[in-house]
Amino acid sequence: MDGSDLTLLNHRNSNEEPVIALAGNPNTGKSTLFNALTGLHQHTGNWPGKTVLHSRGHYVYQGINYTVVDLPGTYSLIANSIDEEVARDFICFQKPEVTVVVADATCLERNLNLVLQIMEITSQVILAVNLMDEARRKKITIDDKELQRRLGVPVVPMEARQGVGVSELKDTIAQVIDRRIVPHPRLVRYEPDIEDAIALLEPQIIRALGDGISARWLSLRILEGNLDIVKNFLPASLIKEAV
Amino acid sequence: MNIKLPQLRPGQRGIVQEIQGEGLTRRRMLDLGMVPGTLVEVVRRSPLGDPVAYQIRGAVIALRKDEASYINVTTC
Amino acid sequence: MSHQTIKLDSLPLSIPKLERAPHTIADSIVRSIYWEAEKIAQASTSCAVEARINWDRKIDDILTSRLWGFPVMLLMLTGVLWLTISGANVPSELLATGLFWLHDRLLDLFIALNAPHWLTGFFVLGVFRSVAWVVSVMLPPMAIFFPLFTLLEDAGYLPRVAFNLDACFKKAGAHGKQALTMCMGLGCNAAGTISCRIIDSPRERLIATLTNNFVPCNGRFPTLIVLSSIFIGGTVAISWQGLSAALSVAAVMVLGVVITLLVSWLLSKTLLKGQPSSFALELPPYRKPKIGEVIIRSILDRTLFVLGRAVVIAAPAGGLVWVLANTSWGDTTTLAAIAGWLDGFARLMGLDGYILLAFILGLPANEIVLPTLIMSYLAEGALLELNSVAALHHLLVEQYGWTWLTAVCVMLFSLCHWPCGTTLYTIKKETNSWKWTGMAFLLPTLVGIFLCMAVTFVVGL
Repeated sequence: MDGSDLTLLNHRNSNEEPVIALAGNPNTGKSTLFNALTGLHQHTGNWPGKTVLHSRGHYVYQGINYTVVDLPGTYSLIANSIDEEVARDFICFQKPEVTVVVADATCLERNLNLVLQIMEITSQVILAVNLMDEARRKKITIDDKELQRRLGVPVVPMEARQGVGVSELKDTIAQVIDRRIVPHPRLVRYEPDIEDAIALLEPQIIRALGDGISARWLSLRILEGNLDIVKNFLPASLIKEAV
Repeated sequence: MNIKLPQLRPGQRGIVQEIQGEGLTRRRMLDLGMVPGTLVEVVRRSPLGDPVAYQIRGAVIALRKDEASYINVTTC
Repeated sequence: MSHQTIKLDSLPLSIPKLERAPHTIADSIVRSIYWEAEKIAQASTSCAVEARINWDRKIDDILTSRLWGFPVMLLMLTGVLWLTISGANVPSELLATGLFWLHDRLLDLFIALNAPHWLTGFFVLGVFRSVAWVVSVMLPPMAIFFPLFTLLEDAGYLPRVAFNLDACFKKAGAHGKQALTMCMGLGCNAAGTISCRIIDSPRERLIATLTNNFVPCNGRFPTLIVLSSIFIGGTVAISWQGLSAALSVAAVMVLGVVITLLVSWLLSKTLLKGQPSSFALELPPYRKPKIGEVIIRSILDRTLFVLGRAVVIAAPAGGLVWVLANTSWGDTTTLAAIAGWLDGFARLMGLDGYILLAFILGLPANEIVLPTLIMSYLAEGALLELNSVAALHHLLVEQYGWTWLTAVCVMLFSLCHWPCGTTLYTIKKETNSWKWTGMAFLLPTLVGIFLCMAVTFVVGL
């Protein structure tokens, strides 16, 4: 029995169901995908911001029960708004096993902004490129292999409204969880002075907080002057130890 | 020529040069993709003239004049 | 590179100080991400020559144009209402006939079983009758309205409404997305209240929450529809009745929008002073709705859900009305006593005591206001069979002396009075404040009382 099987076993033995978060820009068909995955029928309107509560659902794939959480649609994760805060905190603190970022194939560029931000928080990311049918209608072709190579995370093309790509996505999620696929996100390189500063901050953060959270992401927030975020990450035990 | 975004007419395009101001509004503009170098096209005015819809990085987004004034563009 | 050591709750971090201000660092970070996104997108997507017609823009050329933007909104509103009203007529009467046939059979059964009078009265004349009314009055309009509304929602029309109306909301010191929350309120004010979360600024969110009730929810449609069919539709030729009723309900809604804007403006000048926050509204591409799915989903999720809630509340309320009508207080029934006590004040508003009582009993759900009123009238009056609009006209006009002014005042008060129990509960949960919940109760109530009194006073001159 090799290592990957062992992890698989461990997962099956643990009582905790893997949690999958669905993130994405508003109006990318996130809720539609949520319905397609879970078989629930939450209404999906066509106006930005309709998922005001994050809803939960379940599905079973190859004998494993998965919990799916539909996060509010956001353009960014900087937490300017309640929606962004909800989405960010869920990914940071609830640590879903996999975060599926749903992107609109017809305006991929805008959506990749969020993908790149989420990849800085967690490496367990899958990109679901939805609305491929719309893209085809608009004569846009997407090279998902190239996209996957450049991002370093699995990419699944989808037409969630037609149910196309749903089983592929479920399979990819399963593979990422049992480590048959290990995403290696290719992170954004910032301007040299910022990268230098990150290099100085990162080890300090890892020393202080361990590697449970992304030190690179936290370094960036500190450099921006967003110190409030850091305070959220200090576990009570650590404060005592530091004293 | 460097002008403010609301000075563009429907159909005209501009390239974002800089975003003025600080704080939340600025941040939001950035998150919408209004970073320097971005191509912005004025799609239409609303029936009462304000807000105005802009095509920014593949999405159509309506902004009120007040916010759009923070953005300096060059016409192209 | 210099360093700045900060202590975060006793955790020392030595933060390198860059040669630039923090906000330019933030800018640079966002810019780098967007450039990377652009690079990746360009490498992995290709777009065929842009010769295709941009349909979205063509549609928006009409739906949001200076000339057609507002007329189209009115047309959509009236059109949806017209389809709802004229489509609901026949099934409503069929349902009423069917359910009241069942009502009579139930009566027969109870009599055959020698059931005591109070049991028959409570369950058949009270509970069953009010449920029958709620179902026959509400189900058909909802089953037509919700799918139509969901079609517009799914197609992507609602953000265009917000786009068109934003200038008005800006003048009122409110947020343009308030128009979206109002559209949601058209279905159900509790849902409208929850949808206020899409407004990020707390001040503007509160304005939207407090004024959401000025949009008549689905539960108030039947009252508006029935009354305008009887009193306004009744004055024109049969073939125009549906349309004129639709126009008058649409007029009530437009009035609701005007009141919303005025009250929002007032709030932002007094209790909720402040500057308009930033506004960015995405106009998503239009989508072709999946019609079959829309119909099934809107009937299962919205129609049956709302109807179920109404029935659950209508049943005990019907029983209560029967009890009130069949217990005595002095030399009259309890119902008549309470109605009589309310009558003086109600008359000032162009209503009568029974109407005001029905609104009060309708606090748990607006859907039951009209059924409760009819129940109270019937419990007092002699008429037992009531399965058509003509019979209702007879009851209201001949027996209880309604005039067109009464109908107008009931419609106005239906538009402006306290939110239903579910909505109040939701407002309390969302604002987490009794003060604002109280405000949400008082604001529309005072506006309604003022409007009704003003209209009654002016007409009386």
